[in-house]
Amino acid sequence: MENNDQPVVKMASVTKRFLDVTANKDVSFSLYSGEICALLGENGAGKTTLMNILFGYYTCDEGAIFIKGKRADLSSPKDAISRGVGMIHQHFALVPSQTVLENIIVGADPGLFLNLKSARRQLLELQVRFGLKIDPEAKVWTLSVGEQQKVEILKALYRDVDILIMDEPTAVLAPAETAELFNTLRSLVKEGRSVVFISHKLNEVMDISDRIVVLRSGQVVAECQTAETDARELANLMVGRELLETIEKKELPPGEPVLRIKSLAALNDKKLAAIRSLDLIVRRNEILGMAGISGNGQKELSEVLFGMRCPTGGFIQINDKPLKFGSPTASIKSGMGRVPDDRIDTGLLMDLSVEENLILENHSSADLQNFGLMKSKHIQQFSSDLIKKYGIITAGRDAVTKSLSGGNLQKVMLARELAGEPSLIIASQPTRGLDVGAMEYIHQRLLQERERGAGILLISEDLDEIFALSDRIVVLFEGKIMGEAPGATASREQIGLWMSGVKA
Amino acid sequence: MIRFRIIKREPLPGWARIVIPIAAILVTLILSAIPILLAGGHLWKSYFYLFHGALGTRYNLLETFVKASPLLLTGLAVAFAFRAKFWNIGAEGQLLAGALTATVFGVHMGSFPSVLVLPTVIIAGFLAGGIWASIPALLKTKLKVDDVVSTLLLNYVMIHIMGALLFGPLQQPGSSWPRSSAIIDAACYPILVARSRFHMGIIIAFAAVLVIWFINKKTTFGYRSKAVGTNIRAAHFGGINTTSVILWTAIISGGLAGLAGVGELCALQYRLIMDISPGYGYSGIVIAMLGNLHPVGVLFSSLFFSVIIVGAQTMSRMTGVPTYIAEVIQGMALMVMLIFLLFTEYKIRLIRK
Repeated sequence: MENNDQPVVKMASVTKRFLDVTANKDVSFSLYSGEICALLGENGAGKTTLMNILFGYYTCDEGAIFIKGKRADLSSPKDAISRGVGMIHQHFALVPSQTVLENIIVGADPGLFLNLKSARRQLLELQVRFGLKIDPEAKVWTLSVGEQQKVEILKALYRDVDILIMDEPTAVLAPAETAELFNTLRSLVKEGRSVVFISHKLNEVMDISDRIVVLRSGQVVAECQTAETDARELANLMVGRELLETIEKKELPPGEPVLRIKSLAALNDKKLAAIRSLDLIVRRNEILGMAGISGNGQKELSEVLFGMRCPTGGFIQINDKPLKFGSPTASIKSGMGRVPDDRIDTGLLMDLSVEENLILENHSSADLQNFGLMKSKHIQQFSSDLIKKYGIITAGRDAVTKSLSGGNLQKVMLARELAGEPSLIIASQPTRGLDVGAMEYIHQRLLQERERGAGILLISEDLDEIFALSDRIVVLFEGKIMGEAPGATASREQIGLWMSGVKA
Repeated sequence: MIRFRIIKREPLPGWARIVIPIAAILVTLILSAIPILLAGGHLWKSYFYLFHGALGTRYNLLETFVKASPLLLTGLAVAFAFRAKFWNIGAEGQLLAGALTATVFGVHMGSFPSVLVLPTVIIAGFLAGGIWASIPALLKTKLKVDDVVSTLLLNYVMIHIMGALLFGPLQQPGSSWPRSSAIIDAACYPILVARSRFHMGIIIAFAAVLVIWFINKKTTFGYRSKAVGTNIRAAHFGGINTTSVILWTAIISGGLAGLAGVGELCALQYRLIMDISPGYGYSGIVIAMLGNLHPVGVLFSSLFFSVIIVGAQTMSRMTGVPTYIAEVIQGMALMVMLIFLLFTEYKIRLIRK
């Protein structure tokens, strides 16, 4: 490590405000050549904002940026790229219908005519150098998420980027792909390039980084060499308080089944089999954790249960009554609380008020309306109660929903879905993208529901969450249950093998 | 070097919702001075006659209301549909459907008790507009046919149906013009103010503002319709029957446009003619946008439009500026309003380098 050298990037006292929210406050950040620096922090800690400033995506309100010793006034990502700074966002900026090669050269070739041949040669050379194997002629939409990420990295390297920012790159990857990515990053820094690795996953940060900068509420709270710290210390720095050691879970004998799925089959949007002959039982007082890498049918399974997708075969019973397929209303009436993985597009009406979201499933009940007229007093009471009960932080019942933070959005979602005391809860990725505090709240809430007597199907990619909450664990692989193990005694290795399709 | 950046601004206080439209109209009038001067008009004189012509005399003031009533109804029709993101560009066709049906009933109900005639005509006109609008709604929900295209094209279908009938079974016996027989007296809207054309349809239009406001604000249907317009997937997920909401929104929207047609027929023309509407259905789109899809906003924007239309006649007579200036002002008003609405959410910041 060459920490005594001049840093390649120096951000001095950077402050960035969005209206009344200060995303970064007086942040100073340095990056040295040949290092992987992890930027660690909860959601909303200001990691992405800080890096977006370095990438010229935002301009800072105060402070200065120096890249390779020279002051840089960046007003667009183009300015940043010309100085060798590249950033790969969580959502890729690729054109699905074009080939890998086309995606890589788009916008990089200054001339009027494309020189595909030399671009191709250059691309292949980069691939060999960094072990990023990918067919240049493949259309991007045919690639997996991990492969698309490789395309993004190649795109940055093709532009001669030597300071690469990666925003939560592992969030979308399977464990094997993560290992591959880490190898690539290591080979990058070996050449003297630098990487900023944004994450809130402690283990990965410990694994990959040379140095760690911890952000909390927009400020740098710690900076340390990875070798001189450990995960516990980092967790406390990140959250600013001691985390709950483990989750307190009461011993409860499982009750009678609330959900029975028999030989269910369903297609995905591309009309390919997504669920193949799936059998499943969820009982009262039980959390059934469904692990698996995303894209193995979780989305389709939850959509079938939610009434948003018609299966091609099989049947589902809820409380011993058959579920009518393809009708969200039938799912609601069956006593199901539904937490979709996509709360912004499917779960919530972001442009309406918090109150209007809370009453969505209840607005036609006799409590809240009379002959089609809304009982505004009752509605106010209903929504105020839920806001209070779930501790939703909002400017008021009438505040527009999109003004809420991610954790509070999920609280609105839960408040609405749990208001009717459902006997079955389908929670699909309930804590994805949430910070540790909100995550803890959601976990406690699910455990309370379990104690109340609900049966819970927890579909999650987060193994920590699965292990912490589940009474039983099943693994979904290519639309089938690969294996089942009791939550208390399941081994991570076993689950991991099932997740990657290895039957042991 | 100076650069511009568009950034989001803090939400504006409540009074802005009143001030902004007024400011938009003032700016419109200032900008409209350019074409008036280009047309060789005297500026102050032109504006004086524009407003005097619309508001200055008792008859003209009442005439402004007469003109406002179809604009108000088509504006409400479009606003109500747009709120649910049912892109109804077909108010013109629905208006004609209403007028056509009102003609059939109004001409042939001579043998019925006269108290029944007018209510029947009004209801029939409403239903005709609603049913005509339900066709694109069904096409949209069942077959995913784009509603902008289908509502627009059905306007031309309705014009040709009307033409075929006016040259055929509905044509006045002995006439060679495409016009129907006159409707019976019992089917005519009563005139409410003596020595004017201030008719019952104006009251119906104003009542419609209240009804639509009430539906939007107080009923579960208004809530559902808004939810569907905001995010149809989330509304469906939440158990709302989106097909039925879109269908009923279309029927109410088309029905309002149909009432505009009934009014033109039963209060002003008394017989169906090919040019019974000078494009009220299309003006309704502009009025709905200008009124920010809010019923009260639509009320004021339709009144503004009718002031301009009625006043332009007088202005033209007194100053020689062509009446087409009215359309220029209308277009300008929409542009200015849309820009102003943009600035309620965003502001421009200058960055000096």
